[in-house]
Amino acid sequence: MVMHDIARDNPNAIEARNMSVYYGSFRAVKSVSLAIEKNRITALIGPSGCGKSTVLRSFNRMNDLVPSARVEGEVLFHGENIYAPGVDPVNVRRRIGMVFQKPNPFPKSIYENVAYGPRINGWKLSKRQMDELVERSLRGAALWDEVKDKLNQNGLSLSGGQQQRLCIARALAVEPEVILMDEPCSALDPISTLKIEELMFELRKNYTIIIVTHNMQQASRASDYTAFFLMDSDRAGQLIEYGPTAQIFQNPKDERTEQYISGRFG
Amino acid sequence: MAVTDLRRQPNLVQAIGERIIQIILLVAASISVLTTAGIVFSLLSETIAFFNEVSIVEFLTETEWTPLFATKKFGIWPLASATFLTSAIAMLVAVPLGLIAAIFLSEFASDRIRRTVKPLLEILAGIPTVVYGYFALTFLTPLLRGFIPELSIFNSLSAGIVMGVMLIPFVASLSEDALSAVPNSLREAAYGLGSTRFEVATLVVTPAAISGIVASIVLAFSRAVGETMIVAIAAGQNPRLTLDPTVPVMTMTSYIVQVSLGDTPYGTIEYYTLYAVGFTLFIFTFVLNIFSYWMVRKFREVYD
Ligand SMILES: Nc1ncnc2c1ncn2[C@@H]1O[C@H](COP(=O)(O)OP(=O)(O)O)[C@@H](O)[C@H]1O
Ligand SMILES: [Mg+2]
Repeated sequence: MVMHDIARDNPNAIEARNMSVYYGSFRAVKSVSLAIEKNRITALIGPSGCGKSTVLRSFNRMNDLVPSARVEGEVLFHGENIYAPGVDPVNVRRRIGMVFQKPNPFPKSIYENVAYGPRINGWKLSKRQMDELVERSLRGAALWDEVKDKLNQNGLSLSGGQQQRLCIARALAVEPEVILMDEPCSALDPISTLKIEELMFELRKNYTIIIVTHNMQQASRASDYTAFFLMDSDRAGQLIEYGPTAQIFQNPKDERTEQYISGRFG
Repeated sequence: MAVTDLRRQPNLVQAIGERIIQIILLVAASISVLTTAGIVFSLLSETIAFFNEVSIVEFLTETEWTPLFATKKFGIWPLASATFLTSAIAMLVAVPLGLIAAIFLSEFASDRIRRTVKPLLEILAGIPTVVYGYFALTFLTPLLRGFIPELSIFNSLSAGIVMGVMLIPFVASLSEDALSAVPNSLREAAYGLGSTRFEVATLVVTPAAISGIVASIVLAFSRAVGETMIVAIAAGQNPRLTLDPTVPVMTMTSYIVQVSLGDTPYGTIEYYTLYAVGFTLFIFTFVLNIFSYWMVRKFREVYD
């Protein structure tokens, strides 16, 4: 896919326009329009089942893996619709990476986990360049110091929090522009969670991060923008309110946002 | 609700019923264990009788096997090499084709195709081996002779190939189970990094299922080693130490068939050779099964 920056100073990494997502005949997400700013952390919040994961997975065509899923509307990346005919989802996913709810390292060594992406991308790297890339990615994921002496150990031998940072390192290694994270901390303890949040702040210098979270505190302390979703009477998810995180949490415009946030905070 | 209400009420009928079921299960389990032990024991005692007359050294170093001739020689290698040769040829056919079929079914085929093909494979695995044997002798060998004129009527090549075909569904079905047991989260991880379907299948899913795949291969090999009808019909009855796939040979199982079909008097040395060969076969497959068990344990990945 040829992707040219139509406007070099386009402030948006990804922009959804009137995006609806169906599973078979069920409309899970209804006409969402949402522009994600570059080098910022955007949190998607809302009650369970309101379509947050579906929206997130539509941003890098992961929903193509669900045979019944269908997307209407547009998702613009560098000004191009990633759902246009002729676009290869493989290329989309190489530039928009993903970290999942449950850590899912490959049953390979730590080194091989990180080297996997560059290898399949066909990057011609010498052994030394690959070593450097692996180190850089692991440092980027704040994992290097913990694993530098056991790069040949199986990735599954790490703790849950370490595994999740390994998955982040694995995503960083292909040098994506955007990283999608679907509740990356929900299976982790509070200390690992904090580490990942600190890491996100580091990463946003070079990457755009979109994170789904059910944890209000996490959204409020770790994101720049927040998008609040809710189901309508047909159980279709809708974007209710979107804005800077401080405004959404302290001064929501929509009554439903207010209710949801205050309900969660007790 | 009072706590006492949660206690189990004594119920005599139920208690006796459970006891009886336990006993039945225990008896059933013991029968299978005892049968196995009995087989091993009888095999072993007759084998010892054999080795009272023939030295183990001769058995393992002699290169000829002529127990039915005037000058009797008891070297197991002609039979063992034939078993190895036919099995190896079978594996050359069954492993690549079975694996490709498994990967296709698990990673590429739609649900509908998978649901039709898998039962079909299992039916294929149920064809009697005697049918395969005559297929090798009356169809494949004449066909192959068109390309290899020096091929004998009986040979390990067509016996091995047909045995391999017989084992394809076996390898495919077991490997497919191993592949589909790989958690979907690994596939998603790979797709998320920009893998193509082919890369996901070959670089992520297959390595993750390797223990199950190796186990299926070893089990197939152990079936090839023990397979009787195909080699008895199509590979020949000539014990000779060779790795030439075009000439007649005699596998351990073929020898057992040959001697069992004749009227070998009880207690003669010919009679005891049956047990010596049978015991060797038993050791072969036993070691293979232990090996596959060990592989599975060693390479099994722990997904929580
Ligand atoms: N693979 C799928 N097939 C069918 N329906 C699905 C699938 N994934 C999600 N859904 C449905 O889509 C709706 C939104 O789900 P999801 O995006 O997972 O919500 P959230 O992440 O906000 O909890 C739910 O009603 C869910 O049941
Ligand atoms: Mg979700």
